[in-house]
Amino acid sequence: MHPIVKLIAQRLALGLLLLFAASILIFVGTSILPGDVAQSILGQSATPEALANLRRELGMNDPAMTRYFAWLGGVLQGDLGTALTNGRDIAESLGGRLKNTLFLAFWAAAISVPLAIFLGLLAVRYKDRWPDKLISAVTLTTISIPEFMIGYVLIYWVAIKWRLFPSVAIINDSMSLGAKLNAIAIPVMVLTLVVLAHMMRMTRAAILNVMQSAYIETAELKGLGMLKIIRKHAFPNAIAPIVNVVMLNLAYLVVGVVVVEVVFAYPGMGQYLVDHVSKRDVPVVQACGLIFAAVYIGLNLVADIVSILANPRLRHPK
Amino acid sequence: MDDQLKHMTGQVAKGTMTRREFVGRAAALGVTAAVANSMLANHAQAAAHEAPIRGGTLKIGSSGGESTNTLDPALTASEVPLNNLRHLYESLVEVDPNGEIENRMAESYEASADAKTWAFKIRKGIQFHNGKEMTPEDVLKTMQRHSDENSQSGALGIMRGIENMKVDGDNFIVELGVGNADLPYLLADYHLMIQPDGGMDNPGAGIGTGPYTLEVDEPGVRHGFKRNENYWDADNRGHTDYNEVLVLNDATARTAALQSGQVNMINRVDPKVAALLDRAPNLTVKSVAGRGHYVFIAHVDTAPFDNNDLRLALKYAINREEMVDKILRGYGTIGNDMPINASYPLFDESIPQREHSIEKAKEHYAASGHDGSPIILRVADGAFPGAVDAASLFQESAKAAGIPLEIKREPNDGYWSEVWNKQPFCASYWGGRPVQDQMYSTAYLSTADWNDTRWKRPEFDEMLLSARAELDEAKRKETYSKMGQMIRDEGGLILPMFNDFVDGVANNVGGWVEDPNAELSNNKAGIKCWVKDA
Repeated sequence: MHPIVKLIAQRLALGLLLLFAASILIFVGTSILPGDVAQSILGQSATPEALANLRRELGMNDPAMTRYFAWLGGVLQGDLGTALTNGRDIAESLGGRLKNTLFLAFWAAAISVPLAIFLGLLAVRYKDRWPDKLISAVTLTTISIPEFMIGYVLIYWVAIKWRLFPSVAIINDSMSLGAKLNAIAIPVMVLTLVVLAHMMRMTRAAILNVMQSAYIETAELKGLGMLKIIRKHAFPNAIAPIVNVVMLNLAYLVVGVVVVEVVFAYPGMGQYLVDHVSKRDVPVVQACGLIFAAVYIGLNLVADIVSILANPRLRHPK
Repeated sequence: MDDQLKHMTGQVAKGTMTRREFVGRAAALGVTAAVANSMLANHAQAAAHEAPIRGGTLKIGSSGGESTNTLDPALTASEVPLNNLRHLYESLVEVDPNGEIENRMAESYEASADAKTWAFKIRKGIQFHNGKEMTPEDVLKTMQRHSDENSQSGALGIMRGIENMKVDGDNFIVELGVGNADLPYLLADYHLMIQPDGGMDNPGAGIGTGPYTLEVDEPGVRHGFKRNENYWDADNRGHTDYNEVLVLNDATARTAALQSGQVNMINRVDPKVAALLDRAPNLTVKSVAGRGHYVFIAHVDTAPFDNNDLRLALKYAINREEMVDKILRGYGTIGNDMPINASYPLFDESIPQREHSIEKAKEHYAASGHDGSPIILRVADGAFPGAVDAASLFQESAKAAGIPLEIKREPNDGYWSEVWNKQPFCASYWGGRPVQDQMYSTAYLSTADWNDTRWKRPEFDEMLLSARAELDEAKRKETYSKMGQMIRDEGGLILPMFNDFVDGVANNVGGWVEDPNAELSNNKAGIKCWVKDA
């Protein structure tokens, strides 16, 4: 077998094992949460009879092991079960939310990744001069401000003062692509500002690191322009760390944007998960946790594989 | 004076005078606050009947919606599902803004002399959204579902006093074990929405007799409703073509949506920003005094709170005015350590107000003989808005009286299952009930499940039951007054403030009715209001 195929197979198997471990953690974690689903569904005004009845109906009296394997068996067959709280099919409602989350993450990434890399290259080109300092200062400022704050500031100016884009980003399937993009304009801006600095700084640092190598000096001496050196010689050698940080940020865009979702009332996975955690709707929490874990593991897997492919030394191990 | 008052009510309706100013000026003319408030409510009613405009879309931005919500009335507990209920379903009777019973699915009702047997005559010719005729059997089935032992209904406690229910011709008959003059108020509970076949087969289907039919149901995101063209009371409800309830749990997101015109009304305006928001040109902040209250509750059967002197020391140590000013920013009124205020029928205005007094607090604290160990008060952000700050204020004023109060922060998550009604001293809130009997039976009867102060006094229970069956209002009022004072002087309830309902309404909304029963006009703003620029 070709070493790369073997390597990828190994990584995939490791990823699956990790996912399995994560499923156990998720299950244990959800089991030790204080309070119970019946109390949360019925709220403060629940009577003991109603609580006991609901608990029995939800099968909460079975032992944990039985419930875990029943759940895992279902998941392997693509059946995530039904929500305890409103009896809806989890796969169905989760699917819609996941689609929305990926939609927002896609557009935020589509804008922020090229922008961050371009700004990083620009910062290297003008290292220690004012464009470099300006780019660093602005992006470091936006990453330092809490994301909800950026959200509120943009809402105030863009939605209330100038009335350019709406502050409520509720989208649905009957909207056209244009209407959807209009609705998510401000959240995309916020997310772009939040993830920009990390990726930009990493691009800058990685390329600068490479720029000190002897072969860059050779390229310089041979009379190549600065941008051309960066593009042709420095960037390919700096790709591994950049891909790593890009993937981390993509993962964040999928699993970590619950605060932004709340501020803009965006119907994504984060809010969906938080709602169900607070109601102790365990099957939904488990399904969400599993998907989030899969996204994280998957993206990191991609980052690993890309850095191996990009590095001849790793590509041809002795 | 009459002309002046009439002019002033007009000003309030137009929004050039606030309700608070009105009550103040009316008092200057010798009118009590209660009368002034009811004058306003009457005026608001009259305004509501000024030519509704048909058509258009009304959008409500509401907190209290989760992706776990269902349309089953039995499981409804938060604001968004409540709004949904009011659009889709109707109950037998409702409590109107003046605290009177308004007949809905019942055309009329009458009670036997001992208030034990009640007959509700059911309206004819009303159709459910699925085209089926609404019958007394549907009413009976609905009530049976909510009173079933296996029921998960939040109204189960209410249904317990009912001994027998049956259908007799056009009438739905309720027989009680003990007479209850307030039964219609109990049956106005929002869980008891009439559903076809009582909702036995599919309680969350959203099929009711309400002024709107279900179009979109995305829990935790939005709910859309189309006008029910077959609605029986179309003159008074269901003016717009389409209503949408958007779930906006974040307070800033709600105000931003209202300010930028994406919604026509929002609930729960943060008192901190209400005065500022009111200055925005295109909207008005509406506040109405209700029966809801924020409380600190101590178990009277657990040391050290089993000592009435210690409880009194805490009651005197709390600074009520400061709490209303700083926690509610003036959108509320001070409490008197009893769960009843002037918004309730049969309230006794003559009960003296407990004042903040460091001396008396010191006196009672010394008399209690408490050993000086820290008194632990458990609190979470979610106990009520501003609960942690309120606890800090309480701690400071208690410190001035030498009472060592120690605050223990608890997570919001699990607060209602692990802390409230379990720990001996914690912060909490009550939404209030339409009548005194219901409030006392829910939380102060010895056998009540939510007796969160462990208040168990046989003589109190006796008074409650005798008042319940008493049809002479003067005697009833006297008994309620005694009960209130008993809790005020001996109970475990420390009640610093009653909170107002504060909503934000765009100026293009017509037909707003001030309703002390709950926020957003008792969650009926969507079905009673219209848009002026439809």
